[in-house]
Amino acid sequence: MDQQKHNIGFHLRLDPSDFEPAAISEKESLVAMRESVSFWKEGMTRFRRNKIAMISLIMIIIFMLGAFVIPSFYPYSYEQMDKESSNLMPMQYSQAEHERMANGESVFPHIMGTDQLGRDTMIRLLMGSRISLLVGIIASGIILVIGSIYGSIAGYFGGYVDMLMMRLVDIIYTVPDILIIILLQVTLKNPLEKLSYSSPAFSWINKVGVSLICIFVVFSLLYWVGMARIVRGQVLALKQQEYVIAARALGASGSRIIRKHLLTNCIGTLTITTTLQIPSSIFTESFLSFLGIGVAAPMPSLGSMASDALSGIWSYPHRLVSAAVMISLIILSFNLLGDGLRDAFDPKLKQE
Amino acid sequence: MIKYILKRLLAAFITLFLISAITFALMKLVPGGPFLSEKAPSASVTAALEAKYGLDKPPLEQYITYMKGVLKGDFGPSIKKRGRTVSDIIWAGFPVSAKIGGIAICLAVVVGIPLGSIAAFRRGKWQDSIILVASTFGISIPSFITASLLLVSFGITYKLTFGLSSAAHYIMPVISLAFLPTAYIARLIRGSMLDVMGQDYMRTARAKGLSATVVLFKHALRNSILPVITYLGPALAYTLTGSFVVERIFTIPGLGNEFVSSIINRDYPMIMGTTLFLSTLIIMMNVLVDIIYKIVDPRIKFE
Amino acid sequence: MSKTFLEIKNESVSFFTPAGEVKAVNDITLTMGEGEVLGIVGESGSGKSVTAYSLIGLIANPGRIVSGSISFMGNDIHLASEKEMRKLRGNEISMIFQDPMTSLNPLYTIGNQICEVITLHTNKTKKEAKERAISLLSEVGINEPERRMKQYPHELSGGMRQRVMIAIALACEPKLLIADEPTTALDVTIQAQILELMSDLQKARGMSIILITHDLGVVATMCEKIAVMYAGGIVEFGTADDVFYRTAHEYTKGLLSSVPSLHTTEHGRLKPIPGVPVDVLNLPAGCRFAPRCESCMKICLKEMPPITFISDNHYSSCWLLHHPNGQNMSTDI
Repeated sequence: MDQQKHNIGFHLRLDPSDFEPAAISEKESLVAMRESVSFWKEGMTRFRRNKIAMISLIMIIIFMLGAFVIPSFYPYSYEQMDKESSNLMPMQYSQAEHERMANGESVFPHIMGTDQLGRDTMIRLLMGSRISLLVGIIASGIILVIGSIYGSIAGYFGGYVDMLMMRLVDIIYTVPDILIIILLQVTLKNPLEKLSYSSPAFSWINKVGVSLICIFVVFSLLYWVGMARIVRGQVLALKQQEYVIAARALGASGSRIIRKHLLTNCIGTLTITTTLQIPSSIFTESFLSFLGIGVAAPMPSLGSMASDALSGIWSYPHRLVSAAVMISLIILSFNLLGDGLRDAFDPKLKQE
Repeated sequence: MIKYILKRLLAAFITLFLISAITFALMKLVPGGPFLSEKAPSASVTAALEAKYGLDKPPLEQYITYMKGVLKGDFGPSIKKRGRTVSDIIWAGFPVSAKIGGIAICLAVVVGIPLGSIAAFRRGKWQDSIILVASTFGISIPSFITASLLLVSFGITYKLTFGLSSAAHYIMPVISLAFLPTAYIARLIRGSMLDVMGQDYMRTARAKGLSATVVLFKHALRNSILPVITYLGPALAYTLTGSFVVERIFTIPGLGNEFVSSIINRDYPMIMGTTLFLSTLIIMMNVLVDIIYKIVDPRIKFE
Repeated sequence: MSKTFLEIKNESVSFFTPAGEVKAVNDITLTMGEGEVLGIVGESGSGKSVTAYSLIGLIANPGRIVSGSISFMGNDIHLASEKEMRKLRGNEISMIFQDPMTSLNPLYTIGNQICEVITLHTNKTKKEAKERAISLLSEVGINEPERRMKQYPHELSGGMRQRVMIAIALACEPKLLIADEPTTALDVTIQAQILELMSDLQKARGMSIILITHDLGVVATMCEKIAVMYAGGIVEFGTADDVFYRTAHEYTKGLLSSVPSLHTTEHGRLKPIPGVPVDVLNLPAGCRFAPRCESCMKICLKEMPPITFISDNHYSSCWLLHHPNGQNMSTDI
């Protein structure tokens, strides 16, 4: 049998059995195809690999815990004033507190000091973040709903409907938003207050705070236009895709096409735009509160805390710095998260 | 081209008309008025004042009277600042705001475009990461924070906390105003340049044997600058008319300051005047942007 | 054989993606003489284009030349500096691309984009460059060249744009023109015109062309030599006659029988190659075509088949060529 093994010139000894046809199963075992990864799965993998995005996600979770969980067992409350311990520096104790400690009582430190009314700055920062996060998330939700419905209707129907709807968007875009914000705030305040007293069904209005509701209304009236433009653009592009034309040829109704084909295909863009809307809502809320037309006292907001800190800026710079750092970090984390989502799920999406 | 501009101007006119109507209606819906302050004057004084400014007439009549004046170029007197007309106040405040805003936007363009280009060119390298994080920081910090922090850290040391009496006084307001647009432009350029660098014509340019510099400046930059032009129009209008916050923090007598205080004071003619002024500026900037866009991109056609 | 004009030796190019190393081109070797037209055929992802890009040093990130050498007119391209490479590109070696719709910069006029390459590589003044550009445009069959010079790409049709691309490529009288699927994105009638134009220009100037395509019809009309690529490797190389009439590799046979023709096939039906291309991230140990090959043998799954010369200018890598019974040597169809 030896002579049948022939050397074919490249130092490899072959067996005639090697030249027998391979079984189909053997061939198949070789086709070690990767399992086909879905768009979402691949995106998630990319997202998880993105260190900056993961860090920002962790930051956001920490902010959430700090804003929603810690205040419930924090020893001070945001409106609790203590004349004895006003204007304390971070970790400083007042005279009275020193005495209490001398008596063996344990006193929780004022980690970030107190303000001129003797309120603990740390808990106010946490509550302020709560407001910021609430405004950011709820306002973005409202904007998402209004903007995507408006935009997809305009984009889908096109023609005159589109032109008229977009003209309205242009006008809202052009009117200085600070004007509308201030005027609406003032306009809405009285009716809302009356409403909250008129029937117990509306007593929740007082709980949430009239000014906070005003902010939501203002945001939902003004800032959906950006979202509407993006969605309209997407829908216009998708409308030309063959599968939409095919669906229409098969007799699918307009609303079905919008729901089933257009919105599902916009979902990547919607997620990313909404994530990026959150920091911009927080941004605007803090700006309004800084001007004194946002969240009303005694409810703390990071913007109003920064504004209050301006008066004592030379003696207590830490108050301004702490509020500033808090706002910036919250906005930064959401921006980085949005960027990460964009890179992971829609590398082609252009920045608006 | 001229036909297009005329068409745009006509549309602008209609838009401005609508804006004036909306603003007027909103103002009238709001409870309270310019004469309802803490030291509430007597009812007879208020009535006399209202009669003087025509506020006792029905809203529609007030609006028509006002618009007739506007068409003649008369924006009426300011209610709060006795003896000064709205036009006076706008023309006193606008140059101040425009100077700071103009410098800030120029700075943003000059710094933002190179930063964004570098980031795109060194994609995934450390330069990219630094610029990306820094520019995200830039769009994450509200201007009131930038301004306050600058004031705390440098204002005292260099005694530059008030007004615009010397060139040095411009530094901090300009930086506070330029911070956000710089970061935004850098991000825009990075994004669009990455997009452009993946285009087939960039491959053609390199296959021609062009150097990296020519490829970058001739073929990539002109294409990627288009979104920045779109952004700059409204951004310029807003920045030129002044940021209320920066003007307040650095005590600058600009238009932004006047605008917000007029809203808070319910100075009706002043609100109308500044709103119309700002809207006109925004619309004009948008027309200008469209024309520049057309010059840069031959594919765009005026309809 | 003419003096070695172009010689690619053991060239390997990989793309280092987050998912792993993609071996786009794997140890390929081929030579080409001056004035020849070489066709590189293969399906999408077989490494044809990457081979071409490695020739002009335009492998995009995250791609890298892993090993091998390319000698062009006696100089090793991989050893050349970026500056030397720039002198080569557009001048000695130029390239045209698959999609003429997107290959021209939309913001510059046709004239600007042709003159750019002329002034870059020659000492011509702007005026001379313009004259040259106009004569180039009429040479590639564009009417009213003077008017076209001032037009922008979006004002021209796809076929016209590809002619402009050819004019740009030919502007500096290159020795070698690489055409990467030049007709794929065009209408069939335009395809024929463009191919004819390229063929005429090649004959008139005596330049060499590397024509990359997945269209066997295109190579049959234009090419003297053909390289068939599969999953990053050359599976068969030879003259057009060798490849078409003395086909040695099972993949080439599959390709040939999947082409519609007026004369071939017994039952008048096209025969597709079963299966899908291999996963380039996860290449099999043996022959890459084995999983789809109808004559697959046990050895094919274990060992990579060696390059085997059938004649001087015709080689293939297939284990069937080593079959003990030898009945598979150079099958005639």
